[in-house]
Amino acid sequence: MGEVVMLEVNDLNAWYGKSHVLQGVTFQVAEGEIVSLLGRNGVGRSTTVKTIMGEVEPQGSILFKGEQIAGRKSYEIARRGLGYVPENREVFPTLTVRQNLLLGMKSTTPSGRWSIEEVFAMFPLLAERADVPGGALSGGEQQLLSMCRTLMGDPDMVMIDEPTEGLAPKIVEQVGNLLTEIAGRGVSILLVEQKLNIAMRISKRLYIMGHGQVVWEGTPESLNEAGDVRAEWLEV
Amino acid sequence: MPEVLVFATLNGLVTGLLLFMLASGLTVIFSMMGVLNFAHASFYMLGAYFAYSISLYFGYWIGLIVAPLIVGVLGALVERYGLRRVHQHGHVAELVFTFGLAFLIEETVQFFWGADTKNYQTPELLNFPLFTLFGQEFSAYRGFMLAISIGIFIGLYQVLTRSRVGLIIQAAITHPHMVANLGHNVPLIFTAVFGVGTALAGLAGVIAGPVLTTFPGMALVLGSIVFVIVVIGGLGSLPGALIASLLIGLLQSYAIAANVGMPELLELLGLEFPPSHPLDDLWTLDLAQIAPTLPFLLLVLVLIFRPAGLMGKREQ
Ligand SMILES: Nc1ncnc2c1ncn2[C@@H]1O[C@H](COP(=O)(O)OP(=O)(O)O)[C@@H](O)[C@H]1O
Ligand SMILES: [Mg+2]
Repeated sequence: MGEVVMLEVNDLNAWYGKSHVLQGVTFQVAEGEIVSLLGRNGVGRSTTVKTIMGEVEPQGSILFKGEQIAGRKSYEIARRGLGYVPENREVFPTLTVRQNLLLGMKSTTPSGRWSIEEVFAMFPLLAERADVPGGALSGGEQQLLSMCRTLMGDPDMVMIDEPTEGLAPKIVEQVGNLLTEIAGRGVSILLVEQKLNIAMRISKRLYIMGHGQVVWEGTPESLNEAGDVRAEWLEV
Repeated sequence: MPEVLVFATLNGLVTGLLLFMLASGLTVIFSMMGVLNFAHASFYMLGAYFAYSISLYFGYWIGLIVAPLIVGVLGALVERYGLRRVHQHGHVAELVFTFGLAFLIEETVQFFWGADTKNYQTPELLNFPLFTLFGQEFSAYRGFMLAISIGIFIGLYQVLTRSRVGLIIQAAITHPHMVANLGHNVPLIFTAVFGVGTALAGLAGVIAGPVLTTFPGMALVLGSIVFVIVVIGGLGSLPGALIASLLIGLLQSYAIAANVGMPELLELLGLEFPPSHPLDDLWTLDLAQIAPTLPFLLLVLVLIFRPAGLMGKREQ
């Protein structure tokens, strides 16, 4: 790679009770790079990001900006500049859109790459509904809100879990644009996906997971050519 | 009749808001941490006892302020050095821990203060009737209890809906993991909420001690009702807890005030039993005697018709 490494995961293992879900996951993301983590349902992609985030107990090494974060608490990891947008979006339903965004900020003083005004300028549909409870938004609006909320904390890297799942093509387009905008501001992205469209379009590199391990690594071009890999690990 | 209604309503509000001071803390702690704190009412009892002892030396008013603070600090310490360690062993361990704590506090209270009822009195300053209506007095102390509970209620509401910390707490009630993922120190918030929750329970004990009597069984008496309230309101629902608290406070108060006896009710139905009847004890029960069981009757009804509670949501 040659660039500065942002996130380096080495031989990561995790369990749910007795079930050994992550069995030695290894991958890297460089500074400013967009990397996708692909795979069929149930192979352990969400568990990988949850474990990095400290929600599931890790075994193995997780270096973020050169520092070991395995075993740290979620809020400490977030404060070091790692953002996370979970697959079920987790918008705070009783709080308004604006309040959701405010809680994305780690302190009361705005700073860094993003501001609420900018978010509202980028997504007028969020601006219109600034004082509506988050729970009243559509799935697509909740996805955009959840991503923007994480950005309000000015992360140096974000992990986004299946942002386009179940969304209409028009919103998928907007999510794709936001991802490009994030990368444009020098923020690294780990994109978890099942479908190939957006991942192939914006990623620099891709990893494919199968049975709790990384089974393939390459570029969008090489995956395009590797029909056998797609058939074995991705196509349903 | 109208004077009975006025007084029953006022007394019901006093009881209801007092119950809410405990139920609010219990339900918020449950939804944020998943811990059903069996010892919550024990902190209420500690509040009463601390305030009683402090009042002997420094008077009622110092006790009113200092006792809840001590209880809150104790609560925060229990969360930080007790519950948090037990947490990793799962919910059963937590339940056992809080159950044991309730037992320990009751034994400690008996050890230091004895098993008898303490002569904890309302302050001199409030020993006068606030108003007299239809020849019946409403004591200034009850008015004071009402004012404190309403003040606390408004203050909590403001903090919860207006301040940043309040918003973080609201969010953490439903999504504690996501709040942590955004960089907020959730463990610290847990400790603070536990401390404030137990301090409120302590404050309830301080103001209730002189009227509901200060004795080692007071935690058990109120604790079971508070649990009923939290279940009726819907576990984890703050508005539900408020409604259920007022409902039970008023219901009990009306039942005591109405004090219709079984004989009258049966007479209405055209039935009459001679006093020598073997079930005479049952026929002569009056509503005031049944009042303490009403919360549990209500609980059974709610569990039959709305198992998730009045405002509760079923987990998917
Ligand atoms: N909370 C959980 N408890 C137990 N097993 C889980 C839990 N979450 C996920 N799993 C299991 O772990 C495996 C990996 O799940 P996940 O990481 O969600 O996969 P993916 O995101 O790739 O679809 C699956 O077999 C799933 O059933
Ligand atoms: Mg997943």
